Amino acid sequence: MSEFRYIGRKRRTKEDPRFVSGRGRYVADVALPGMKHVALVASPHASARIVSIDAKPALAMPGVLAVVAGEEFCAATDSLAIGVDAPKVTRWALARGVVRYAGEWVAAVVADTRALAEDAAELVEVEYEPLPPVIEAEKALAPGAPLVHPAHGSNVLYRRKFIWGPVEEAFAKCAHRIAFRATWGRSATVPIETFGVAAQWDPGTGILDIWASIQMPKYPDQAARALRLPGNAVRVHYDVDVGGSYGVKRGIKHTVLVGYLARKLCVPVRFLEDRLENMRGGDMQGPDRFFDMQVAFDGDGVIHAMKIRAVDDVGAYAGRSPFQLGKPVSAICGPYAIPAIEYEPTSVMTNKTPQEAVRGFGQSPTNFAIERAIDRVARHLGMDRVELRRKNLIRRDRFPYTIPSGSTYDSGDYHAVLDKALAAAGYPALVAARDEARKAGRLAGIGVSTCLEPSGGNSAFEVLFNPKNETTTWMESCLVRIDLSGAITGVINNSSSGQGHESLVSTVLGEILERDPATIRVVRADSLTALPSNSPVGSRMAIMLGGAAVGAARQIRETLLAIAAHNFECSAEDLEYKDGNVSLKGAPEKKLTWDQLVEIAHRKFHKLPPRTEPGLQAKFVWEVPTGGGLPTPEGRIQIYPCYAFEAHIVYVEIDPDTGKPEIGKYVCGHDCGVMINPDIVHGMTFGGIAHGIGAALYEKFSYTEDGQLASGTFMDYLIPSAMEVPAMKIVDHCTPSPLTTFGQKGSGEAGYLGAPAAIANAVNDALEPLGTSIDALPMTHLAIWTAITRSRKGSEHSVVPAKAGTQKS
Amino acid sequence: MSEKLHPVTIEVNGVRREAQVPARLSLVDFLRDELRLTGTHVGCEHGICGACSVMLDGEPVRSCLMYTVQADGHKLTTVEGLVQADGSLSVLQDSFCETHGLQCGYCTSGMLIAAQALLNANPDPSEAQIREAIGGNLCRCTGYQQIVEAVRLAAERMK
Amino acid sequence: MIDENPALVGAGKGAHAAPLPCVSFRLLASFHSGTHAPAVKSAPFEYARAGSLAEACELLARHGDAKLIAGGQSLVPMMAMRLVRPAFLVDINEIAALKFVKPEKDSVRIGACTRQCTLERDEALAAKLPLLRQALAWVGHAQTRNRGTVGGSLAHADPSAELPLAAQVLGAKMVLRSSKGSRTLEAGKFFSGPMATAMRADECLQEIHWPAWNGRTGSAFTEIAIRHGDFAMVAACAQVSVDADGRCTRAAFGLGGVAGTPLAFPKIAARLAGTKLEDAAIDAAAAGAAAETDPGSDLHATREYRRHLARVLAGRALREARERAS
Repeated sequence: MSEFRYIGRKRRTKEDPRFVSGRGRYVADVALPGMKHVALVASPHASARIVSIDAKPALAMPGVLAVVAGEEFCAATDSLAIGVDAPKVTRWALARGVVRYAGEWVAAVVADTRALAEDAAELVEVEYEPLPPVIEAEKALAPGAPLVHPAHGSNVLYRRKFIWGPVEEAFAKCAHRIAFRATWGRSATVPIETFGVAAQWDPGTGILDIWASIQMPKYPDQAARALRLPGNAVRVHYDVDVGGSYGVKRGIKHTVLVGYLARKLCVPVRFLEDRLENMRGGDMQGPDRFFDMQVAFDGDGVIHAMKIRAVDDVGAYAGRSPFQLGKPVSAICGPYAIPAIEYEPTSVMTNKTPQEAVRGFGQSPTNFAIERAIDRVARHLGMDRVELRRKNLIRRDRFPYTIPSGSTYDSGDYHAVLDKALAAAGYPALVAARDEARKAGRLAGIGVSTCLEPSGGNSAFEVLFNPKNETTTWMESCLVRIDLSGAITGVINNSSSGQGHESLVSTVLGEILERDPATIRVVRADSLTALPSNSPVGSRMAIMLGGAAVGAARQIRETLLAIAAHNFECSAEDLEYKDGNVSLKGAPEKKLTWDQLVEIAHRKFHKLPPRTEPGLQAKFVWEVPTGGGLPTPEGRIQIYPCYAFEAHIVYVEIDPDTGKPEIGKYVCGHDCGVMINPDIVHGMTFGGIAHGIGAALYEKFSYTEDGQLASGTFMDYLIPSAMEVPAMKIVDHCTPSPLTTFGQKGSGEAGYLGAPAAIANAVNDALEPLGTSIDALPMTHLAIWTAITRSRKGSEHSVVPAKAGTQKS
Repeated sequence: MSEKLHPVTIEVNGVRREAQVPARLSLVDFLRDELRLTGTHVGCEHGICGACSVMLDGEPVRSCLMYTVQADGHKLTTVEGLVQADGSLSVLQDSFCETHGLQCGYCTSGMLIAAQALLNANPDPSEAQIREAIGGNLCRCTGYQQIVEAVRLAAERMK
Repeated sequence: MIDENPALVGAGKGAHAAPLPCVSFRLLASFHSGTHAPAVKSAPFEYARAGSLAEACELLARHGDAKLIAGGQSLVPMMAMRLVRPAFLVDINEIAALKFVKPEKDSVRIGACTRQCTLERDEALAAKLPLLRQALAWVGHAQTRNRGTVGGSLAHADPSAELPLAAQVLGAKMVLRSSKGSRTLEAGKFFSGPMATAMRADECLQEIHWPAWNGRTGSAFTEIAIRHGDFAMVAACAQVSVDADGRCTRAAFGLGGVAGTPLAFPKIAARLAGTKLEDAAIDAAAAGAAAETDPGSDLHATREYRRHLARVLAGRALREARERAS
């Protein structure tokens, strides 16, 4: 049970009531009078020169206001920011001169309705001269490959080899080594709401108002910059509900386009991606990565070194996507005490849809590769996979523990969480069940993964990958006001996409001020009135927004104590603060109530201590704990501050005759320190596991040889439903973080970071008796069946009666 | 070229609504843009995600796969119509709040429609039946776990 | 692994997507990237709600580029993506005379516009024609079946769809009406290719006669789809009758998703008559059927995988039908 009054206890969220009654306010619900709509003309070719664009037939249609193409747009706006040092890799929302991926936007049509805009878009005539595309990363790296951005000189956006610790010595002296490739298929979190943005330019005030389904740091700044406006000419409204994002909703290109159209036409303009535009041209696909892994270990199973060569295909353009190779540096050895790591990330471009930040920012693919390596080491030695993990997991008495790449893990008890997960899964019985199933001729496997969730959002990987980018500020803020009536309002500075920030902040404020969170309102500023924020990314808000709320609330509390001390003519140490009332210790009848204190603060200046501001408000802006550092020449750096941990246990059966996998049991042991709202944390963890199931078994952005996206609708990009996601169980553990007020760590990416690894290990355990394995995601029915039929021991002719329940009656 | 408008009369959440609509206007666009009932959401517009689910004559259908003209003479219930007569949340809606069976809220209206239809036909569904009933409603936030709990809780409370 | 469809590759010039009736809708949708103006709002069309079958036929005859709309679960996505763009839509959803379930002695007559959910819930129908309910359990989701009609699914003729396969295997008869008259086509003649039937542009499917078997009969429907409710990669169904000794007196089985139309195997099934439906006999029948399939390859399944699934599922369907018959 929680030691706190509100923190950690079951509590209904503030947000749920409006959503269940259909009163959410998403960008598609923002209707501005006179608003016009956008449809896009997109390239059918993966690589081509644009020969000509004829918009005359489109412009002739009634209801069409404008058709804008790259020549005009790219001259009037600036290229979008790229994080790595690659100034020649420019990027705009509309193509100019060449198209670099199938689906790239070539022209924008503005009309009275979306339907009319689509009618007109069909009439825009574009002539292309197709060029040979390069679709695969290894081909893009080969000499003589077509260059996606010829001015950049190669298809490599970033490459470096980091060596942390005595890697070669370890490989030289270890008795054993393994080497293999693990491949993470291109998938993404694909929210049910697509990206949308509405903009309105007011020439009278000189302000461009923007409403968007956004989850992006520095969004107003980048929009203003690209539109060649000062920052204070752009007002982003954060009080737009975002229908899921999990990283990807960084629609900066959509925003600059719509902002430009709104200013050009002096009418409000709204663009809502349709699902087809979103899948292909929204630039929100995810990591597309292979890992060449090598592990050096001794006969007892102690791992001494690991080499990780990671090649990631970011598609035709890059924003922050190459950094998704950098974030995993913060947990590059996983939860294991591996003293030497070599890490060689390569970010490469191809003629595919660009990649965007996806939940975990590259950590889940990396965890998958590491966990496959652990299982392979175990198999090599004939050792139990759980025992091998126990041997290598960092022991709890070693925290804070600094890993070879420079990050310090704040706290943890990985063995305890693993034990809890195994117990909750009934592990011995599960093993027995698996073995029984195997005797009956079925393919059954158990998968285990033990993975880290770095949290707190210090993107020191920016500086690590690009010394010209000295960004070390990763801040968050909160403002708290008590009004004349004594009501508390917290003001936050970001949009939310289901993480429950209003609940988070009201709970934290209530805890510190000892006032009922149900009475505390949380509202959002807009970008002109906001305090600094870096938006909810990197599992940072419980830590950062929570910490900012704590800081502001403490200031209020101190002010109340100071007012009482002044009025009682004593010092603050003589006073007791309880439920917002302040009384003299030992003389409780000498008391100032909350209402009285509020009234003094607002209306009785003569009763305020000297040099006290009138009113009752406080702001708190703070830097991420352990942040502010720069990397060493070897590339050692503290990245995220707090490290949550998860241990997954999965039971899978595979129909040997069809390759169809079925998850029979799913248990996740989870330690994110103190949970501020358990239902919120559990909900996001369950959702993360479901994302992981999708990435492991179902979802892929598949491309043909000529660069066409073959899975561009929901008919072929397969998101798991309630029938594919099993019932799941989470068991909680708590090792508080020493870096936060309540001991909370972040957890927005939980579940996703360990699920694909566990499921991959389960499928491979199931295939183990056949002597075959799969190290590429997704493990589709076809991939599993192919592995079965190619196995040494599998026979194409064996037919097993279908398990009861797989057929409908 | 202006499109021909067709007169429609549709009862929406118990209220008779009349309008003149082009034939190609989808039912979900009509509900959202003409009637300003924005609780029903658009997720894919090709009949897979279920975010647009409404009740047509009491049965859940995908409103992105119907033209408004097809609903002429029929009764619709949207998420806004699930609240009780006095405006308070239904047992199911309240149960979603109790178990936190939602996060971003975007799939929620469709889920509520599908789940309410299930409970109307089957007041004591098993977990398997619940999952099947919401099998045509995709969610990316919750992993369905706390949604299934919400429907079970609602069934319990309505006994 | 991807079938290159020459009609789709390189469409770049602002042309309308021409109707392509002989190509799988899913292939069309997947390659929607081939069109340069992705759309989800339908192109404009004229619309009329038919009050009777006669009126529907008259509208079809009068308007050249017209399509019937029933449940719309397959048609509307295609129209939204502008893969088909009829100039005229004839809505037959409100024709009460097309919604009925009439059991007769050796068959059941079902009106073309009967909703799939109505069939699903009809207990008498489940007793007389169990294969239909078994097939419907695999059709989409609740929302799909609440609007989808039996006639709509048959007329759409997706080679991997469940109702067309059941119709093919049972030898259902389609009654077609036009303003010129009426004709009846048996399933084998009705389904002519992927998404293609022998229906003329001015014909409307009126009702379907489903043969019902008497005696000790068991049936089964099974498929492998990636997710619950997805299009089948391969589907199989079977129906067998046995005598008091468990000897097969009659058998029918078929496969979907393995050719341009759903396939039935009457010759192979006939060889099961007289056997006791032993595993060996069933395996031989399944293997023989699989050898006759001509599956395509796509994103989710290769030709070889489909052929393999065909053999496995045909065997499973026959075995399950046998269990139910005893």
